[in-house]
Amino acid sequence: MWNKKNLYTGISLILFIIFIYWADNNLDPYKMRILILCGIYVILALSLNLVNGFTGLFSLGTAGFMAVGAYTCALLTMSPEMKEMAFFLEPLIWPLNQIQIPFLPALIISGLVSAVIGFLIAFPVLRLKGDYLAIATLGFSEILRVVIINAQSITNGALGLKGIPKYTTVYWSWGLALLTIYLMVNLINSSYGRALRAIREDETAAQVMGINLFYHKITAFTISAFLAGIGGALQGNLIRTVDPTMYVFQLTFQILLIVVLGGIGSITGSVIAAVIITVLMEALRVVESPMTIGPLHIPGISGMRMVVFSLLLMVVILFYQQGFMGQREFSWDWLSRKGRDNEQTIGS
Amino acid sequence: MNKLLEVEDISIKFGGLTAVQNFSLDLKPGEIVGLIGPNGAGKTTVFNIITGIYKPTSGKIFFKGEDITFLRPDQITKMGIARTFQNIRLFTNLPVIENVLVGQHLRLKSSWFNASFNTRSYRKEEKEMRERAFKLLEDVGLYEMRNEKAGSLPYGQQRRLEIARALATNPELVLLDEPAAGMSPQESQELMEFIREIRERFKVTIFMIEHHMRVVMGICERIKVIDHGVTIAHGTPNEIQNNDRVIEAYLGVDLNA
Amino acid sequence: MNFQLFLQNLANGISLGSLYALIAIGYTMVYGILRFINFAHGEIIMLATYFVYFGILIFSMPWWLAFIFSIILTSLLGMGIEKVAYKPLRDSPRISILISAIGVSFLIQNLSLVIFGGRPKAFCQPSIFTKMVTFGNVKITSITFITPIIAGILLYFVTYLVNNTKTGMAMRATAKDFDTAKLMGIDIDKIISLTFTLGSALAAVGGIMWGLRYPQIHPFIGTMPGLKCFIAAVVGGIGNIPGAVLGGFMLGIMEIMLVAFLPGLTGYRDAFAFVLLIIILLVRPTGILGEKIAEKV
Repeated sequence: MWNKKNLYTGISLILFIIFIYWADNNLDPYKMRILILCGIYVILALSLNLVNGFTGLFSLGTAGFMAVGAYTCALLTMSPEMKEMAFFLEPLIWPLNQIQIPFLPALIISGLVSAVIGFLIAFPVLRLKGDYLAIATLGFSEILRVVIINAQSITNGALGLKGIPKYTTVYWSWGLALLTIYLMVNLINSSYGRALRAIREDETAAQVMGINLFYHKITAFTISAFLAGIGGALQGNLIRTVDPTMYVFQLTFQILLIVVLGGIGSITGSVIAAVIITVLMEALRVVESPMTIGPLHIPGISGMRMVVFSLLLMVVILFYQQGFMGQREFSWDWLSRKGRDNEQTIGS
Repeated sequence: MNKLLEVEDISIKFGGLTAVQNFSLDLKPGEIVGLIGPNGAGKTTVFNIITGIYKPTSGKIFFKGEDITFLRPDQITKMGIARTFQNIRLFTNLPVIENVLVGQHLRLKSSWFNASFNTRSYRKEEKEMRERAFKLLEDVGLYEMRNEKAGSLPYGQQRRLEIARALATNPELVLLDEPAAGMSPQESQELMEFIREIRERFKVTIFMIEHHMRVVMGICERIKVIDHGVTIAHGTPNEIQNNDRVIEAYLGVDLNA
Repeated sequence: MNFQLFLQNLANGISLGSLYALIAIGYTMVYGILRFINFAHGEIIMLATYFVYFGILIFSMPWWLAFIFSIILTSLLGMGIEKVAYKPLRDSPRISILISAIGVSFLIQNLSLVIFGGRPKAFCQPSIFTKMVTFGNVKITSITFITPIIAGILLYFVTYLVNNTKTGMAMRATAKDFDTAKLMGIDIDKIISLTFTLGSALAAVGGIMWGLRYPQIHPFIGTMPGLKCFIAAVVGGIGNIPGAVLGGFMLGIMEIMLVAFLPGLTGYRDAFAFVLLIIILLVRPTGILGEKIAEKV
């Protein structure tokens, strides 16, 4: 049975890789871009779900960590000439103005810088719970943004960075998304994952069971910041420009929407919802752009997409709190309908 | 070592209220000791101090000769003290088996890295943990329910599971907070058997709070009585039953209930 | 910096602080009863300014009538939000209600963007609020001292209501314990609804004052004051009305002084509130006047 499942997973994986390869060769750049964004949002949603869903820490700092990742990766991958052109108000400090490194190490460093900042932020804020934690992480995200606006000689301030090399391909985004899914599934099914869920269920009981709350929370938070940094970096090197207005609370809101829609505490849900929301985000662009139907000219209505998304979030949370998946996960047993009777249901 | 736990003169104040005053206790390995007293006497507070949830205002606690007074609850559990709660605090949305597995997490050797990559060494450790958990669930008679959500078990089984979860941490001392609360006479009879059994099988010392006098008198070798945070009696079940101050404190409560 | 300039800044700080205090009370009352952050409070402030704008533009109301119209409409709106978005979730985990609040906030913001458009509009400026007044050497606009006066009157009114009336007693009882309050015959739905209405009315007054002070309105003006006033409420001790007032004044005065004395940090002005929040939460998580609540195990 176990081997059969591995076989199914292997076949699906190969089919998916074939699909990606086919897409890369046949889809137009616009559709490819959406596909790439889907992979990025999968990573971001899993990052947020790790803390919000599995550990029960309501964090709203994703946008801030994405900004850190995106700026770090942009500064590491842009050519010195591009940097000199971008920083015309105030030159970029040494040694950043000289450095240019390949994408992979830049990505890893972006994740690490974001993780370090996440770790430092976690120290004070993880003493807080519930709403307080939410507002404090949101606050940190805003502070990071204000710092980015003001640290002209590192971030180019409000002007942002332009001309970032477009390194993010579908292989990068989905390759890393699949790796993230794999690691997250393992982690969540491991003893550490159980400890995190125990903390979510009942902190006091978890602590009395010998779980060091602070250590586990801060590790989850740091991993989440790492992933958000990677996601931000991938996004920055896809759209080729970053500026402080991109990293407002609205960005965190979109990822929160994915997590809630998919099911708070479900990896499968996050993956499905990430794809749906990303596609929807692009599909609904239509309602925001000007349209001419026959003699009728409708000007573009900006904000309409967010109206739809906020309504969607409210409907889910008011009428369908479980989202798509609740806390359940996909398993091949669904196909054979044997789930409960199976010895290895949990963790397989 | 002939003293497992020594509680020396602990007191705790919440604002102006002294919830526990000069409480002392010695536990020898293998004993079953009871803590009784009327509602609001401060019994659970004593448990909370021993397990590190509250820090005492004064006094000291030693476990196996080491000062544990100001350790965190998880550190204390790691040293070998486990407990249950008066108002059962299981991880209700997690399956029975996971509740027990969580109890073993504190002995885990693998790193986050090994767990995330599901390395061979992690798989081996996970397998051992599962085997121990299965064994433990068999011992307490919950093996059949291992995949049910903990919250869906009947009340009596939830109590058992909470004890099993405490035992999973591999403790030397188990604190049971009203294990027989809400049980029928038949069930509490079974519980007494169960508690004796786990003492033998797991070689643990038991310190328990209990209101069911039949249970307390039936299995405890020594009993401490507190009222309004003050220790008013201490002795064998027989001595306690005939103690005037105890009867006074319990006035209106039928000792043979 | 001379003393005169200091006084000028102080007056300005007090004025801004009283504005923060007014809005912070709305947060603190709602938090006190329902234990969650009403994320949509900032949007309520924003809508209040638009109601004034449209009251004058469409119904040609005189400014004072437009103010009253806006306060009434905003109060009803606050009541409506509670009914639709929060009441159904009262028994759900607190995280759900917080998510719902975030949803409402974004919905109002973006619906406003769709309906009112993104272009800033000019808020009315009746001359009585813009006159320059001289106190000794200190020259200030009249809105600077009218704000604290109105805030003071409303604070007195709210404190009286909460502490000395039967309704206030019911509010305090509901804040302490839903179930017990219910057993005592308190209609908690009504009390919660009333709390939202009152909090929104105060937010409306705050919003109008805000509009008079910064007379450019657009769909996003509510966000920053909303967050800052929540911070003021937390700093003072959330759930505690005098605390909200104290926090509001502290934040207002400190913010103005920061800009006045350290102009180099002007860019960081909006981050300052969050820094203050994090410091307070670390040093005294329950806020300056908040009570410590021991967790029952």
